[in-house]
Amino acid sequence: MAYLYSNPEQQQEMLRAIGVPSMSTLLQQVPDELQLKRPLDLPRPLQELELEQHVKRLAGRNRADRVCFLGGGAYDHYVPAVVDEVTGRGEFYTAYTPYQPEASQGSLQAFFEFQSLICALTGMDVSNASLYEGGTAVSEAVFMTMRVTGRHGKVAISEAIHPEYRQIIETYLRDHGTEIVSLPIQDGKTDVSAAAGLVDDQCSCVVFQHPNVFGCLEDTSELSELAHKHGSMSVVSFDPISLGLLQRPADYGADIAVAEGQSLGIPLQYGGPYLGILACRQEFVRKMPGRLITQTTDRDGRVCYALGLQTREQHIRRDKATSNICTNQGLLALRATVYLSLLGPQGIREAAELSLRKAHYAAQQLCQIPGIELMFSTPFFKEFTLKVTGRSVSSVIEAAAQTGFDIGPELSRFPKIPSVAQDGILLAVTESRTRDEIDGLVAALTE
Amino acid sequence: MRNTISTQSLFELSSPGRRAARFPENDLPDVALDSLIPAKTLAATPPQLPELAEGDVVRHFVNLSTKNMCVDTHFYPLGSCTMKYNPKRHERLARLHGIGDLHPYQRPENSQGMLEMLFELQEMLGEIAGLPAVSLQPAAGAQGEFAALLTAAAYFRDRGEKRTKVLFPSSAHGTNPASAAIAGFECVQLNRSKSGFVDLDELRANVDGSTAVFMITNPNTLGLFERQIAEIAQIVHDVGGLVYIDGANMNAILGITRPGDFGGDMMHYNVHKTFTGPHGAGGPGAGPIAVRSFLADYLPGPIVTKDAAGSFQLSTPAKSVGRVRTFFGNVGILMRGYFYLRTLGAQGLRDVSEHALLNANYLKARLKDVLPVPNGEHCMHEFVASAKSLKDQRGITALDLCKRLLDYGFHAPTVYFPLVVPEALMIEPTETESKETLDAFVDALKKIVTEDSDLLHAAPHTTPVRRPDEVSAAKNPILKWSACTKD
Repeated sequence: MAYLYSNPEQQQEMLRAIGVPSMSTLLQQVPDELQLKRPLDLPRPLQELELEQHVKRLAGRNRADRVCFLGGGAYDHYVPAVVDEVTGRGEFYTAYTPYQPEASQGSLQAFFEFQSLICALTGMDVSNASLYEGGTAVSEAVFMTMRVTGRHGKVAISEAIHPEYRQIIETYLRDHGTEIVSLPIQDGKTDVSAAAGLVDDQCSCVVFQHPNVFGCLEDTSELSELAHKHGSMSVVSFDPISLGLLQRPADYGADIAVAEGQSLGIPLQYGGPYLGILACRQEFVRKMPGRLITQTTDRDGRVCYALGLQTREQHIRRDKATSNICTNQGLLALRATVYLSLLGPQGIREAAELSLRKAHYAAQQLCQIPGIELMFSTPFFKEFTLKVTGRSVSSVIEAAAQTGFDIGPELSRFPKIPSVAQDGILLAVTESRTRDEIDGLVAALTE
Repeated sequence: MRNTISTQSLFELSSPGRRAARFPENDLPDVALDSLIPAKTLAATPPQLPELAEGDVVRHFVNLSTKNMCVDTHFYPLGSCTMKYNPKRHERLARLHGIGDLHPYQRPENSQGMLEMLFELQEMLGEIAGLPAVSLQPAAGAQGEFAALLTAAAYFRDRGEKRTKVLFPSSAHGTNPASAAIAGFECVQLNRSKSGFVDLDELRANVDGSTAVFMITNPNTLGLFERQIAEIAQIVHDVGGLVYIDGANMNAILGITRPGDFGGDMMHYNVHKTFTGPHGAGGPGAGPIAVRSFLADYLPGPIVTKDAAGSFQLSTPAKSVGRVRTFFGNVGILMRGYFYLRTLGAQGLRDVSEHALLNANYLKARLKDVLPVPNGEHCMHEFVASAKSLKDQRGITALDLCKRLLDYGFHAPTVYFPLVVPEALMIEPTETESKETLDAFVDALKKIVTEDSDLLHAAPHTTPVRRPDEVSAAKNPILKWSACTKD
């Protein structure tokens, strides 16, 4: 049997040491009437070779071979080999939560460095050691603003955040009686003047995404000011790669900055595991969800690292904890740490700038095609929304696919975003795309 | 032999102008950036990340990795965490082209292989649980709890029932009350215990028409199977409530008994525990939930369905509580669970649990003179020993033993949980350890208890650091690197 050790003689010896005649005595701890009297109905076991053949056959039915212009919150950024090599070490991936700091200084220091790098990236004062992914990070931030402000009745959320993030917030808030105020969209970004009439002194937060779900840039300072004018907190969901170029959340007054960290060296793997990032201003540190790693000293005065501020957490505070999260995304935080170490200030700037330039080139070329235009005139970063007239969105996707390109997702894959037509389609362009690929896509869509 | 230069902080290793990753030259016409986006949106300077060469980065992290204990290097009997061997084949297969690089918005007709595996995983998890309806969405066990509690709330709301309370025993994992609170329920903790088991009278006295869910871990956190689980479920069902099984300890009962057969209505799995995730130094996990058919319509989605033509689709149940996360789920971990179940099959899974019981009971029997176990004659896959007499007689605490074990090359058990056992050491050897390893662990503990108590208070002695000061760290926490915090 796979992965087991003891042979029948050893098993007998062990049973004798236990003082029972057979395994069935141990199994009698489960009352007989509750025991399953038949084998589980599962497929037959496969040896390693068969398993690999089986999985390869199924993997072959997934189309990951086409040139990827897919976006919508998960992007085909390049992952340097060092990220895989380092995080593929068993010393990292077969360890667990660093409950014993003496036996976990490697992970602890790496997570402390993750926190430090996220602070450097965002300009925020403090970062936690990761959450599940970008959508739940927004929900955790919303809960956090309620704890900080004491306002539990109302939150203001831009309609231009990722529609799935909004769904998650709705799921998390449903049984709390909290009203969600929707801030409407004008030309692909949050309508600040309309928002001014909707945000009031009862809102715990104003939540927006920058660049938003359409790829467009928001009026970040105005939205933060609007929040602060009402004593609410400004919460931004940002794109980590964009911070190689764009203003940092701290620059425009964000109180909490959250992100989907998938772009930071994490493979697409059909949607997860990814990385939730949450950083905030120093004054809110004790209201933060999730693990925090602190630097401290040991008995001999050596600098070292340990889990910190654990009294916020579920294993101590139980129903009064700042979150129910326990297992987080350690290995993905490590991937992001290695990735940011490799890129450095110049590398992340190059990744951001190439993505921006290529996306704009692609948009410009695509919009030369009759019947294809940008849905919005608002500036965008690496992703944009196209509107197609004279043919269906699905026929455009099909035409691209036929020639070896994936574009999307189409807005109709999301729940309806108010005041935005559902016939738009997203396209994301990262540094990984070449001019030839972009030109090829343009040719494919030219009728 | 230790390289202490490369394990300095990344920021200390930084040197201006040093580079690792570089990207190709821009292959497009060079246009001014501010002709593409407004200048006011740009940062004045790039982020102040450290500047390192590729060799710096590799040596830094590889040297850091050697400061960890892990399953690949050490016996890691961390109770409740199921630190079993993580098969290497899973790592290779999870990275395959078509799996590791599949975009979450790839359309279903282009993801049929992925959806087939996920569908099959749903089916297998439903069968193992005896609870047929499965959602793979939750990112970890705690999110599974939360998602299942929302599912219960939606079910009751649909029936027009106002049920506000979630009950759990005092030995419950901290996530149970935390998840209940976030799901909007009032928490009621049951504090009485009869030899480590739920006190039925106390349960009866606390359930009524306001009871939504009773959450219970079975085997419980003492490693004991709640023999009265059927009566417990009956008491909860009699008042119209639902029974939630925290699946943290599923490694004990695979193919032996099923939550759905002993009265559970809902449960979560920890794929990173039972189905050997791996644990990733603190995640990622995956926390799929399985529920009875009458709750299926309320599950979070999307889930995978199979149509009459045999093709697989993503769909959201009719009265779904909604999404609990973006995209489908922690697919990379779910895939590893799938590979594991396809490797083991029915008999293999049962063998896992039987060997987990054998190893735990063997260890318990061999340690009984040194570290007695207050509750239960036998145990399931883990047991909770007590160092109380060592503490009373010689001042040696459970923590001292844990720290000293590190010197002997063993990771420590879970300590001081559950709270119902004084000086608790929760030991879970798992099935993937040999008798020789267990014997060596016993020998080490037997030797340790004969050692001078001051030596133990000062342990560990061979690790890179010893006993970090967590008290002052909590008062004035240093949470990021800055030039003034360097040593």
